[in-house]
Amino acid sequence: MKNNKLLISLLSLPLLATPFVAIADDDNVPPIKSLIVLEECGACHLAFQPAFLPKASWQKMMGELENHFGEDASLDADSITEIEDYLVANASRQKFRGDKAPQRITELRWFKKEHNDSEVRFMENKYKVKSLVDCAACHQGAEMGIYDDD
Amino acid sequence: MRNLLIIISILAFFPAMAANAGSREDIIAQLETLAKADDANFSGFDAKRGEKLFSAKFSTGKPETPSCTSCHSTSPKNAGETRAGKAIDPMALSKTSDRYTDPKKVEKWFRRNCNSVLGRECTPLEKGDFLAFMISQ
Repeated sequence: MKNNKLLISLLSLPLLATPFVAIADDDNVPPIKSLIVLEECGACHLAFQPAFLPKASWQKMMGELENHFGEDASLDADSITEIEDYLVANASRQKFRGDKAPQRITELRWFKKEHNDSEVRFMENKYKVKSLVDCAACHQGAEMGIYDDD
Repeated sequence: MRNLLIIISILAFFPAMAANAGSREDIIAQLETLAKADDANFSGFDAKRGEKLFSAKFSTGKPETPSCTSCHSTSPKNAGETRAGKAIDPMALSKTSDRYTDPKKVEKWFRRNCNSVLGRECTPLEKGDFLAFMISQ
């Protein structure tokens, strides 16, 4: 019986293989260790860990900060270079299907799967979550890259 | 001994306080110079005009942010919240005493937020009026 379970787990691995599984175990990602990234990216929202998106995503995003999800988040050239270098160096190395430079973590396949409608509605009511990008509203350790508390 | 510690603490902080106050005045003085250059009849910044700017609704900027109040709440004395759900310290100087002391930071946020809300950079007059309002609050 135990072996059967193990076999089933092994067989289902390819099906579950999403970028998220590949970048970290137990739903956790390496925390950000750059002060400028924490300060600048974290000024308006949680500083999302670079391992959530591939290199191409960060390069695209840092190239269009004047229109960053509907807001002007422009920065001086030196800061952009420093931040982009860090994000690229620590980006996900997983192959992303479809869009090669996805911009919204919330629209990635694994994210949607893990945040299905009824669960999110429950959390919205419980924690008064304003937006799905407010990870820390539910994941208390989000700033440290800890997301396995659900 | 305790008194001595308090005095040392105050003395240690005083230069920092003085430096902060100085740079806030420098920011205003710089904006005054620019406002005069734009308009020879410039007669000083006006907190009332700044209040109007803070509350006004614009249709020229990004649709997500029609007004300063979209994120900063309708009172400068209240905390605001970004669209992503992060808290913003109140804009009023009486509530957030370290505001408006770093010229680069002030310019960065005027550039970003004026572009987002008004769809253009703010004029030196608008920036000065806005700061006058926030400092008066």
